[in-house]
Amino acid sequence: MNSLANRFSTTGPINELRRAKSVLEDDEFTDSAWGSEAGFGSLAKGVPNFTVPSVPDPSAFLRLHTDDYADPSCRIKIQHGTTTLAFRFQGGVIVAVDSRATAGSYVASGTVKKVIEINPYLLGTMAGGAADCQYWETYLGIHCRLHELRNHERISVSAASKYLSNLVYSYKGMGLSMGTMICGWDKTGPAVFYVDSDGTRLKGDIFSVGSGSTFAYGVLDQGYRWDLTDEEAQELGRRSIYAAGHRDAFSGNTCNLYHVKEDGWKFIGNYDISKLHYDGPGETPGAGYGYDVRVERSAAIAVQA
Amino acid sequence: MPDMIALSHPASGHPQQRQFNPYSENGGTILAISGADFSVIAGDTRQSEGYSIQTRYAPKVFRLTDKAVLAVNGFAADGNMFVKQVRQRLEWYRHAHAKDMPLRAIARLIQTMLYARRFFPYYVYNILGGIEEDGSGAVYSFDPVGSYERESCRAAGAAQSLVQPFLDNQIYFKNQVPQPGHPHPKHLPLTTVIQLVIDSFTSATERHIEVGDGLEMFVVLAKGSPLYGLENIDGVQEMTATNDGERLFVVRRNLKRD
Repeated sequence: MNSLANRFSTTGPINELRRAKSVLEDDEFTDSAWGSEAGFGSLAKGVPNFTVPSVPDPSAFLRLHTDDYADPSCRIKIQHGTTTLAFRFQGGVIVAVDSRATAGSYVASGTVKKVIEINPYLLGTMAGGAADCQYWETYLGIHCRLHELRNHERISVSAASKYLSNLVYSYKGMGLSMGTMICGWDKTGPAVFYVDSDGTRLKGDIFSVGSGSTFAYGVLDQGYRWDLTDEEAQELGRRSIYAAGHRDAFSGNTCNLYHVKEDGWKFIGNYDISKLHYDGPGETPGAGYGYDVRVERSAAIAVQA
Repeated sequence: MPDMIALSHPASGHPQQRQFNPYSENGGTILAISGADFSVIAGDTRQSEGYSIQTRYAPKVFRLTDKAVLAVNGFAADGNMFVKQVRQRLEWYRHAHAKDMPLRAIARLIQTMLYARRFFPYYVYNILGGIEEDGSGAVYSFDPVGSYERESCRAAGAAQSLVQPFLDNQIYFKNQVPQPGHPHPKHLPLTTVIQLVIDSFTSATERHIEVGDGLEMFVVLAKGSPLYGLENIDGVQEMTATNDGERLFVVRRNLKRD
C-alpha cells in the first residue's frame, strides 16, 4: 500500500530520487569530472549526483538486494556489527572503537579504521554501513575546510554535526545506515554529538553505538567520573571496548584509542583485544583484564580442596 | 544471463508479481599481496553462472597504469563496465596533468565512483594493487559501495573463505609465536609471495567448483627495484608501457579445468 502511495506522491524521498535521476539523465559524468576536479572536486559544487534504478520504488529495490539482516542470501553484503564509544571528561574527549567488520558470520576484516579523522580537531566514528560513514564524513571534512576558508575560524563541533545530520536527513528512507559520534574541541571546550541516519542528533557526555554498545556502557557507566585523569580515562575507554569485544561476537580483534585535547586529537594506540585479556595494555604478563581474575579463583579453590 | 523478470504463474488470471533483478554472480576468486617494493595481483580466469561454465578465459585482473592494477570480482558485466569507466577517468587525468594518477588517488577515485551508485550498486568487489608514490607496495580493498582500506594482503570472491585464512597464516603469521631471536618477517620476498599465490589458487581450484581453468598474475615492481629472479619464471611477460620507472609483468598459468 505504501509503495502504491509513493508511486503517485509528488513529495518524499522516492520523488527526490526520481528528480535527481531526471536532472542527471544517463550521463554519469558532470563537467567537473574532467581535469583537475576529477573525483571529490565535483562535490564542492553542491550535492553529489547518484545513479538511481528506473523502477517504481528505488529504495525497495536497494533493500531487496542489500539488506542482509532480512535476507542472509542476498548478494550485496553491507558490513555490520561494531562497538564504538566516546565520552567527555575534565581532560577532553576519549574515543575508542573496535576493528572488526563482519559479513554475516564471516569476519571480513579485523583491521578496520572505525575512527575517521575528519580534520586535526574533529573525529567521527563508524557504525552501520562502512561506506556511508567513510564517504559522508570525508564529505563533511571538505565542508568543514570550506567553512574555515569562508569564515576565518574553525567550525564548531555543534555546527559540523548539524551539517552531517541535515545531510543524512535529506536521504531519509533511502537506505543509508550510519550511527556516528562527532567528537572534537571548539570554543565551548570538549564536545560529543551523536548523529544517526534516522536524523537523530544528540548532545551528550557519554555515548556508545553498535551491537556491543550495551557491554561497553556497562563498564563505562560503572567507571565514569568527570574528574578522571587522562590515564584513567584512556584506561576506561580501552577496558570498555575490551568488555564488548569479549562478550559480543560481532565486535573484537583490536581497539583503537584516541584522545581529543585543546590542541586537537592524538592517536594513543592500537591494542589487541586477546592480548588485553591475558596481558593487559602494557608488557607485564599477568596484568590482563580477564584471564588472571578467572584463574586465580580456581587456583584458590584447588588449594582448599 | 541474469533474470530480467521473474514470472510466477503466466496467464493464470491471478495477479502477477514482476521483479527487476539486474544482478548475477559469476564466481571466481581474486587475490593481492604487497611486499616492501612490489605488489602481486592475481585472479583465476573461469567465468561461471550456477553450475555452468560460460568461458574458461575471462580476465578479472586489469592493468590501469604501469603502477596500478585492478582486480574485480562478482558480477562480470558490472565489473567490466566499471573497469572501463575507471580507465576513462584515468585517461582524462592523463590529458589534464600529463602524468599517471598516483595509487592513493586512484583508490579514492574508485571510492567515489562506487559510492555514486550507492542506490543502484555495482555488484563488484574490487582489489587495487600497485606502487605508492613513496615506492612501497600497496593493496587497497573495497566493498561494493566504496568503503576501502589499505592492507598488505586480501582475497575476495568465491574462494575468499578458503584463501584468506591461508594468507593470514603464511603472511601475517597470525596466532604463531616466533622462536626467540627469530621474529616474523615484516615483508616477504617476491619469490615466496609468487609461490604463495600459485599455491592459493591450485588449492582453491581443488576445493571450489567455481575456481579453475587459468591463473593470471600481475607483478608490479617499484622504481629501481631488482627483478628478484622474476625473469626465470616460466611464461613471464613484460607489460611496461611508460618510462616512469615502475615495471609491470604478467605471469599466466594453467589451473585444472574440471
